[in-house]
Amino acid sequence: MGLLLAPPSAWFVVLYLAALVALFVSAFWQVDEFTGNIVHNWTFANFHTLLSEPIYRTIALRTIGIAAAVTLTDAALALPFAYYAARVASRRTSSMLFVAVLLPLWSSYLVRVYAWRLILAKDGVLNWALDKIGLGSVNVAYSNTAMWIVFSYIWLPFMIMPVWAAIERVPESLLEASADMGAKGWQTFRRVTLPLALPGLAAGSIFTFSLTLGDFITPTLVGGAGSDFIGNVVYRSVGVANDVPFAAAFAAVPVIVMTAYLLFARRLGAFEAL
Amino acid sequence: MRQMHVAMALAALMLVVSACGSSNSGGGGGGSASNLPTSIGKGEGTLNVIAWEGYTQPQWVKPFEQQTGCQVHAKYGGSSDEMVTLMRQGGGSQYDLVSASGDASLRLIRGGNVAPVNVNLIPGWKDFIPQLQSPSHNTVGGKHYGVSLQWGPNTLLYDTKDFPTPPTSWSVIYSPKYKGQITVPDNPIQIADAALYLMKTQPSLGIKDPYQLTQAQLDAATNLLKQQRPLIKKYWALASDEIDLFKNGDAVVGASWPYQTITLQADKVGVKDTIPQEGATGWADTWMLSAHAQHPNCAYEWMKWISTPKVQAQQAISFGESPANTKACPIMDKIQKGACAQYHANAPAAYFNSIHFWKTPTKDCATQNNNCTDYTEWQQKWTEIKG
Amino acid sequence: MTRVALRLWTAAIVAFLFVPIILICVYAFNPSNIQSWPLSGLSTKWFSSTWHNQEMRQALWLSVRAGLISTAIALALGTMAAFVVHRFRFFGRDAVSLLLVLPLALPGIITGMALNSFFAFGGVTFSLTTIVIGHATFCIVVVYNNVVARLRRTSGSLTEAAMDLGADGWQTFRDVTLPVVSTALVAGGLLAFALSFDEVIVTTFTAGAQNTLPLWIFGQIRLGQRLPQVNVVVLIVMALTLIPVILAQRLTRDTGVLRRAPAVGAAKPR
Repeated sequence: MGLLLAPPSAWFVVLYLAALVALFVSAFWQVDEFTGNIVHNWTFANFHTLLSEPIYRTIALRTIGIAAAVTLTDAALALPFAYYAARVASRRTSSMLFVAVLLPLWSSYLVRVYAWRLILAKDGVLNWALDKIGLGSVNVAYSNTAMWIVFSYIWLPFMIMPVWAAIERVPESLLEASADMGAKGWQTFRRVTLPLALPGLAAGSIFTFSLTLGDFITPTLVGGAGSDFIGNVVYRSVGVANDVPFAAAFAAVPVIVMTAYLLFARRLGAFEAL
Repeated sequence: MRQMHVAMALAALMLVVSACGSSNSGGGGGGSASNLPTSIGKGEGTLNVIAWEGYTQPQWVKPFEQQTGCQVHAKYGGSSDEMVTLMRQGGGSQYDLVSASGDASLRLIRGGNVAPVNVNLIPGWKDFIPQLQSPSHNTVGGKHYGVSLQWGPNTLLYDTKDFPTPPTSWSVIYSPKYKGQITVPDNPIQIADAALYLMKTQPSLGIKDPYQLTQAQLDAATNLLKQQRPLIKKYWALASDEIDLFKNGDAVVGASWPYQTITLQADKVGVKDTIPQEGATGWADTWMLSAHAQHPNCAYEWMKWISTPKVQAQQAISFGESPANTKACPIMDKIQKGACAQYHANAPAAYFNSIHFWKTPTKDCATQNNNCTDYTEWQQKWTEIKG
Repeated sequence: MTRVALRLWTAAIVAFLFVPIILICVYAFNPSNIQSWPLSGLSTKWFSSTWHNQEMRQALWLSVRAGLISTAIALALGTMAAFVVHRFRFFGRDAVSLLLVLPLALPGIITGMALNSFFAFGGVTFSLTTIVIGHATFCIVVVYNNVVARLRRTSGSLTEAAMDLGADGWQTFRDVTLPVVSTALVAGGLLAFALSFDEVIVTTFTAGAQNTLPLWIFGQIRLGQRLPQVNVVVLIVMALTLIPVILAQRLTRDTGVLRRAPAVGAAKPR
């Protein structure tokens, strides 16, 4: 047994945990701006900057807010779809839907986000379509709204899959029993299916929340002025300003948020539904 | 089960070997003058460069690869900061060359990331304009840390439909009239552009050099940029951002590089660019050699190639900048009539001096009694401005 | 009535999922090199220039190699971990399960940054090795999740019965357990490969001067001058992967040994 556990734990502990620990320890250090080397003076300066400058609070709240909005949106979009695919559709339709949900994952994430630029642009597909129906035009390009739409689009398959799996696992016998006792379709759904699908929703929400929290590519491509995410500041700190300690300090925010969220989601049974 | 153990052992071995191998290679390099090569050796077959978008077009890369056998791999950087960081990454041995602008070159030299080059191995260097043979941003203590490349201004790009006559002042990008239709680069050095504007419009602030700003002057520039923020559609970080913004009608005016103008015009989009009366910031680029370059011979071949008149002319016209090599002028006119005059490649002195080239803001500054703000403060202000 | 509503909703979602993809495919035939609407015509000129683009081919090949190696490591280690966590009760088991969720739950930028600093500190040269390490971190977790989920749904009585009938550990594993988890392995492996193939955030931090396909695509997006080549590549990759995806779907839809059709485990792009 020890032999079985040794390789994976060696991998994880040495590489992953050690790297994580080293990263967050460096949040207490600083960097020499001219040479770019990390100076090992223990200081709270990075955290002080984060707490005292209001801009970082704004960015953090914006990131968490949009992550929450995306999670709720995807949950709402996925639920009816998953119910239909798992319980109502014929086996053949269900198989086709499965392929339809998985296939987008094979096209590049970058290119799909880039395609949304075209759709949401002022002279883009959306406005063209709205114009044809006579609904005028919208000005959502390069904005937080655009990011919300694109994020909801990109992570949708990752919400659909666990919810689908969870609804599928609801035993037929339970639903029959509920119907036998006189519950109508909607009642059965609300009282029996939904609670049993909750772990799937929680599992999916872990992904949508976490993925949005750490992303910086979508804000770069479809965000506008005032669309910076935590990920953008972190990425710029590392890849541009070469200030890893500051990046690590700010990156602690998504870690704390996700840890709290994970504990909450575990209560809902998300871990079994992953 | 046994196979899995073997696989694990192999994987672990791989890790150890690669760790050992790299730590050995990190030691060499350095940059003492006695190490300067006296001739270019045999090409190593590969060349890894960090370049601005548009600096490694197939038009001049393909002939280079065919002639020297050096396969060019380019990683694009959108700002000098990014290039400095990329250059320092992984012990500095990942990339061989970087096309650093003036605000990156000194940081790289001070950080020991780049090595001196022997300009005698670059025939084109003798024909460079005098200002770019040994400029202070790449020549320190008599040592040349690279070869000057091209130079040019940051321009004002505008849509000809909204501007039938060219705008004469940078005030258009600070004007509420174009709210939600303006774009400027996502780069802290943009503060210098605001400072340049204030230099001409609010002389009472006492700004003499847009890169040398006291705290009060920096605050004034920051305020101007904060006022501009609600008018901005998007801060462009990638060249294609600005191209898409103009092509798809999301922006009508903005700060730009000539590269975007040329790409848009090639696609029949009605845009033009200009340099307003307040003047412009700009860049003067240098190809710098990494102190730990893995492929120094290919690097020298590239520096030699890129300094020849023909390639200088090609790149100048392709990107919309001015060549360092004076012999490029007639070739430019052959490729595109009037190009030499358009890019001031034949009479550059006055034009050259009118551009405020990028340089790293530091505490020490001659115009404000060594009381200036440094680049880290600029970076923090920029995050505040952008939000 | 609800059935019709559900049908419409599902159709709308599918349309939502595919409109951008159709756009991507159509714009592979874009005669201009800037993406704008509407299309000014159709042209196949980009197909040949894409094929001859050596940087693209090298990036594609690097991505394939990184994906295969990461998936192989993930299959080996993820399965092992799944068995141990499922089979044995030991001190720290909960901690190990939590640990094995971290690479999926923590944002990719943190994994990327941590590994980047770690490698830089250790003086490790960035190369295919570091890329693979970065990918394997979440690939292992994907496979682990799939296998553990399948094991949970499998009745333990089968293995007991096999043992009772005289099969030793290895025989039981080979003849009873392995067929049961095989579809989970295929699903997990395929998903792991897909994630590795499309991964960009962690790879930005763990790649050196090399480009995987997503990094090459990002470079082209920066440049803005040869975008239709990117569309061509994506179109071809999707066409090529359609078959494996359908196959995987067939495999995983097969009824499990003792339970009803298990669903594919969750996935996560990086």
